[in-house]
Amino acid sequence: MHMADALISPVVGGAMWAATAGVAAYSVKKVQNDLDEQKIPLMGVMGAFVFAAQMINFTIPGTGSSGHLGGGMLLAILLGPYAGFLAMASILVIQALFFADGGLLALGCNVFNLGFYTCFIAYPLIYKWIMRKGYSTGRIFTGTMLSAIVGLQLGAFSVVLETLLSGKSELPFGTFVMLMQPIHLAIGVVEGLVTAAVVGFVWKARPEIIEKAASGEALGRVSIKKVLAGLAIVAVITGGVFSWFASAYPDGLEWSMFNTSGKEELEAPGGIHQTLAAVQEKIAFLPDYGFKVQEQETNANAAETEEAWPAVDAGTSVSGLVGGVMTLLLAGMTGYCIYMIKKRNKAGAV
Amino acid sequence: MSNMIASLYNIRLLDELAEKRTIIHNIHPLIKVLTTCVYLIVVVSFNKYELSGLLPLVFYPVIIIALADIPIVPLLKRMLVVAPFIIGIGLFNPLFDHSPMVVLPWIQISGGWISFFSILLKGVLTILAALVLIATTGMTRIAAALGMMRVPRVFILQLLLTYRYISVLIEEVGRTVRAYSLRSRGEKGIRFSDWGSLTGQLLIRTLERAQRVYHSMCCRGFAGDYNVGSEKRIQIGDILYFTGWGLYFVVIRYFNIPAAIGSLITGV
Repeated sequence: MHMADALISPVVGGAMWAATAGVAAYSVKKVQNDLDEQKIPLMGVMGAFVFAAQMINFTIPGTGSSGHLGGGMLLAILLGPYAGFLAMASILVIQALFFADGGLLALGCNVFNLGFYTCFIAYPLIYKWIMRKGYSTGRIFTGTMLSAIVGLQLGAFSVVLETLLSGKSELPFGTFVMLMQPIHLAIGVVEGLVTAAVVGFVWKARPEIIEKAASGEALGRVSIKKVLAGLAIVAVITGGVFSWFASAYPDGLEWSMFNTSGKEELEAPGGIHQTLAAVQEKIAFLPDYGFKVQEQETNANAAETEEAWPAVDAGTSVSGLVGGVMTLLLAGMTGYCIYMIKKRNKAGAV
Repeated sequence: MSNMIASLYNIRLLDELAEKRTIIHNIHPLIKVLTTCVYLIVVVSFNKYELSGLLPLVFYPVIIIALADIPIVPLLKRMLVVAPFIIGIGLFNPLFDHSPMVVLPWIQISGGWISFFSILLKGVLTILAALVLIATTGMTRIAAALGMMRVPRVFILQLLLTYRYISVLIEEVGRTVRAYSLRSRGEKGIRFSDWGSLTGQLLIRTLERAQRVYHSMCCRGFAGDYNVGSEKRIQIGDILYFTGWGLYFVVIRYFNIPAAIGSLITGV
C-alpha cells in the first residue's frame, strides 16, 4: 500500500512531507531527551530486522496463500512510539531509494500512513490502554490484533484520501474505499496475528523486553494530551503548506487541473475537487496579491481552459504526437551517443 | 527465499554502482539530492492529461544513466517489480473517464487512457530518478547531504545503522528460513504454529546482536556520531549542474517543446 510518486500531486506530497517532518522532528527531540545512547544501535538494528522480517512468508492456515509482516506495530511495541516512528521512517527511506518502493516525493505520505497511525494512534490509544492492567497472553493478543488492524485501516484510508486529493486517479471515493478497506482488513488480521505471535513469544521468553519497552522507562511515554496536541500541530502545518502551495502557484500549476477539467469532473462522483478548487481560488486570490496581474492571468487561464479542454483540436494533438516521438528519439540518441563516446574513450585509454 | 536473495543482490549492486567515479558521481551529493527533488516536483506537477509535455523530462535519467555508466537492465527490472501498484490504480482511469480525446484525426480515445499513460510515464520517470540518485551517490553520501540539510543527527545515525545491518539481518533471516524449509517438506512458508517462535527467536537474537554492536561501537570510541568522512565543498561545477537542470526543468514545465517541434514539422 505504498503510495507512488506518480499518483500524488505536489501539494499533497508537500503537505504530507511537512506533516511527517513535523512528527519526525518531535520524535527526534523526544528520543534525544529520553533515550540513552544504547538505544540508538537498538533502533538501527531493529529497523533492519523488520526490513528483513518483511520478507518472511507466513502460510495462512486453510487458504494456501501466504502473508507478510509490515512491522509498524512491532516497532512501536518494542521501541516505543518515538523511536518506532523513526525506525519505520528509515525503513521507508531505504525502500524508496533502493527499491523505488513508493517514491521520494510520496515518502512523506508513506511514513505518515505506515508510521504515524501505528505509533501515535493505535499504540497509545489501543495497545497501551489494553495493557494498562498488566500483561497476559490474552491481553497481548487482543491489544496487538486490534491495534494492528486499526493502524492499517487508518493507513489505508489515508492512502484513499491522499489519492483523492491528488486528483490523478479517476477512482471515485466510494469505490476506492470499498476496495482498500476490506483488503487491508485481511492484511491487518495477518499483520495482527504475526505481531501477536511474536510479541507473545518474546514476552514468555524474555518478559523484560516487552514490559520495559512499554513502561516507558527509557523510551518515552506518549500522553494522550500530547498526541492530540501533535495532531493539532500537524493539522496546522498541513494547512499552512496547503495554503502556501496554493498561493505560491496562483496560476494554478496543479490546481488548474481542477479548473481545466472542471467540466468533466462535474460528472465524476469526486465532487471534492471542485470544493478544493474553490478553496484554492479563495486562498490564491488574496487581495494583496497584485490584482491586475492576477486578473490578466485569470483571463489567460480561462482562455487556456477553453482551448485545452476538451482537447479535440486534432492539429494540436498531431503535433504533440509527432513532437513527442521526436523527443523520445532524440533522448535515446543522446544517451546512445554519450555511451558510445565513453566506450571509445575507454578503449582509447586502454 | 528468492526475494531475500533478490533484495541483497539489489542493495549490493546499487552499492557497487555508487562506488564508480564518473562525472556524475563526482557531483556534490547535496546538489544531486536537490536536483532530484526539483525534478520530481516538476514531473508530478504536470496535469493529468499531459503526455507530450512530459517527454523532454526523459532526457534527465537518460543522460545521467549514460554519463554515470549505470546498466539499464537492473533498473528496468526494478521498475517492473514496482509498476503493478501504479498500473493497478491507474487502470481505473479508462474505466471511469470516457471523455473523448483526439490523438490523430482518425483516432479518438478516451481521456482515461491518456491520463493512464500519463500516470505510467510519471511512474517511470520518478522511479528512475530515485534509483539513479542512489546509484550515483550511495547511502553514506546521501546521509552526508541530509546532514548538510540539518536533518537531526539521531535520525541520520539510525538511518545509516539500519542500512548497514539490513544485509547482515537479511542473511541471518535467510539462513533461518532456509533451515526451516529444509526441515519442513512441501511447506511454502512458515507454518501458523511457528509464526511466533521462529520470528521471536530471530528477534531475541537481533536484540542481543544490538547489544554486542553497541558494546563494540563503544570499544571503538563511539560518542554519538557516525563518521561518514568529510565531503568536499560545493564547487562552481556543482552549482552549474543544479542551475542547468533547474532551468531546463522550468522551461519544460512551461513550454510544451515536443508540441512546438511537432507543429514546426507538420506545419499545423
